Amino acid sequence: MKKAKASPSHPLDALVRTERIPHIWCPGCGIGTAFSACLMALHTSGLDLDKTVMVSGIGCSGRAAGYTRLDSYHTTHGRAIPFATGMKLAKPELQVIVFSGDGDLFAIGGNHIIHAARRNIDLTVLCVNNLNYGMTGGQVAATTPTLAKTTTTPRGNPEQPFNLPLLVYAAGATYVARWTILHTRDLTQSVQEALHHKGFAFIEVLAPCPTGYGRRNKERPLDTLKLYQERTLIKNGANPAEAFLDFERGVVLGKFVEEQRPTCIEMYDRTCRLPDSAAG
Amino acid sequence: MGKRVGMEVSIAAAEVVGLCDVDVIAAYPITPQTHIVEHLSELVAEGHLDAEFVPVESEHSAMSTCVGAAAAGARTFTSTSSQGYALMAEICYIASSLRLPIVMAVANRALSAPINIWNDHADMMMSRDTGWIQTVAENGQEVVDLLLHAYRVAEDPRVLLPVIVNLDGFTLSHMIEPIWLPDKEEVDRYLPPYKPKLRLDPRNPMTFGPVGMPEVYTEAKKAQDEAMNGALPVIIEAWGEFEKQFGRAYRPVETYKTDGAEILFLTMGSISETAMTAVDKMRAEGKKVGLVRLRLWRPFPAKELVDVLKRAKAVAVVDRAMAFSTRSGPLCVEVKAALYDHGVSPYVQNFIAGLGGRDVTVEDFEAMAAKTGDGLSKGLPMAYEIVNVRE
Repeated sequence: MKKAKASPSHPLDALVRTERIPHIWCPGCGIGTAFSACLMALHTSGLDLDKTVMVSGIGCSGRAAGYTRLDSYHTTHGRAIPFATGMKLAKPELQVIVFSGDGDLFAIGGNHIIHAARRNIDLTVLCVNNLNYGMTGGQVAATTPTLAKTTTTPRGNPEQPFNLPLLVYAAGATYVARWTILHTRDLTQSVQEALHHKGFAFIEVLAPCPTGYGRRNKERPLDTLKLYQERTLIKNGANPAEAFLDFERGVVLGKFVEEQRPTCIEMYDRTCRLPDSAAG
Repeated sequence: MGKRVGMEVSIAAAEVVGLCDVDVIAAYPITPQTHIVEHLSELVAEGHLDAEFVPVESEHSAMSTCVGAAAAGARTFTSTSSQGYALMAEICYIASSLRLPIVMAVANRALSAPINIWNDHADMMMSRDTGWIQTVAENGQEVVDLLLHAYRVAEDPRVLLPVIVNLDGFTLSHMIEPIWLPDKEEVDRYLPPYKPKLRLDPRNPMTFGPVGMPEVYTEAKKAQDEAMNGALPVIIEAWGEFEKQFGRAYRPVETYKTDGAEILFLTMGSISETAMTAVDKMRAEGKKVGLVRLRLWRPFPAKELVDVLKRAKAVAVVDRAMAFSTRSGPLCVEVKAALYDHGVSPYVQNFIAGLGGRDVTVEDFEAMAAKTGDGLSKGLPMAYEIVNVRE
C-alpha cells in the first residue's frame, strides 16, 4: 500500500503568507492566537476575501498585515486607522480590518481612533492589548497598569491606563467588545459579528507579552492565562465604565455595546452630496 | 578622575547625559534609539539622576515636552530615530526658532518605505534644515564627548541653539566599546550650570512663538541664519577647551592620511573607520588615497572643507542617503556647492553606499577609489553611482 505523503497543512493556509512563516512572535505571546481567531472569522464569514483588506500599524501586532494573504497595508506607527479610513472612503465596497496593538492604536495613534469612532466609519478594529510596547523591548504604554514595572518605569508606572472599551464607546463606537486569547471561540464569534456590523466596531483582545511585560512583573505566560481564566467575568451588555482593567478586582469580558447609528459614509452621502435631480 | 569602561554606546550616551544634570527627559521608544532613554529612566529610578522622565505618547509630544520644559528654564534631553524623528520634525523647527538649547541624540536609521530599522543617514539629511546644530560621531567615545560638548555649545549665550549628536543606529548604538567616561567633577568643570537667557518667568512675562507677520518673519529667519553661522567659532572654541581638559581633539573637518593624497574620500559617521582601514591598505600598496571626515554637519563648515579638498585631484564623496533626481547624494550636493563658491573644481565622484543597513566594506572603498582614479585619469564625466545595487 502506498504510504500517504505527509503534506503539512493548516485550515488557514489560504489566508497566510506561509513563505513568511516562522513569524517573529515570541513563545508565549498571544498575538498569534488573536491573529488566527481573526483569520478563522474571516474564513467562515462568507465575505468576499477579494474585497477584504487588512491594515496594521507598527509593533509586534503590526506584523499581521505582512503575514496575511489578503490585500494588506503595513502603515507607519499609529496611522493604521487613517489609512484604513481613506481606503474605506475611496472604495466603500471593501471590508476593511485594522489589526494592530495598544501602543499603536491608543498612544501614538490615539487621536485617530477617537475620531474614527466619532464618525462611526465602517471599520473592524482588533486591538491586541499586551499592556506595553513589546517590539521595542517593553516600555510603558498608555495601557500599562498603574505600578506595573517596565523598562521605562523601573519603579512602577505612576500613571493610570486607559479603559479602552470606555474610551471608544465614549467617542462613538457602535460595537464594543473585549475578549482574551483564552476565549478563542468567543473572540472568533465576536470578530464575525464585528465584520458584519455596520459602523465602527472595536474589539480589545487581551494577550500576554511574557518577554516584554511578564518578565518584569513576575508573570509567567501561564500565570497570565490563569488570570484570564480565573479573574475574568463574561458580562455581555456591561457598561463599558465597568471595564476598567484590574485583575485584582476582576475584569469584565463580553460584548458591551451593539448599537445602530448612521455610518460615516451614509451621513456623508446624505448630507454632502447633491440629490441626483439637483445635480442635473 | 574618569574611568575606562567597556560599555554599550547607548548606555554610555545615557550615562554622560545623566552626568550633565538634565532636568527633563521626554522620550518615546523607537529602534535603535531606545536603550539610551531606557537607561536614563533607570538612572532616574535608582536615584542617580534628579530629573523628570516623561514617557510620552509620541515623538511629537517628546519634542513638545522638551520645548515646554526648556522654555521654563530646564536642561532637557530626548533621543529618537527615523520615523520618530520625522514625526518630531514639526517641533524641531520650533525648538531652533525659539532658540531653546535642547540636546538630542539621534541613532541614525533609514526612512520608510519599505520599513527598515537599519542604519543610513536618511533621517539626518531629512532634518538638515531644521535649524539645529548637528555633529556626527564615528565611535562610542565620540558619542560621549560630543554629547558633553553639545550642552556646552547649545547653552552658550552666544549660541542658544538646539544640538543633535548623530550616531549610526546599531553599528554604533548597539556596540560595546571601550570608553573613557568622565566623572561628575570633570563634567562640572567643563559644563557650567545652565543659566537660561530666554525663559518663561512670571516676573518678566515673555511670549514664546507668537505669529510673525510678513513684516518680521524674514528678519527672524535672517537672525536664525546669523546665529547658526555665529555658532561655528563657539563650537570650535568649545572643542578647544575640551581638548585642553580631556586631551581628545575635535575639528569640524577631520583628516586621515591626506598628505600627498591625490584621491580623497569624504565620509560621515561610523563607516569612516572602515574607510581608514581601507586607506591604510591602499597606502601600503602605494596608492595616494586619503580620507576626510565631516564631523560637523550644521553649521556646514564649507571653508574648512574646501581648504582640505582643494589639495586633491579627485574627491570621492560617500553619501548614505538619497537626494532623488539630483544625481548627487545630499552631502555631495553641498560639497559641490561649497567647491563652486570657493572657485575650486577637483574631479568629484559621488557614491551612494550603505542604504538601510547594507554593509560597506574595505573592498567597497577600494573599488570606489579605483573607479575615481579611472575616471580622473581617463577624463570621464564626473559620475554618480549607487554602490553594489542589484539591477
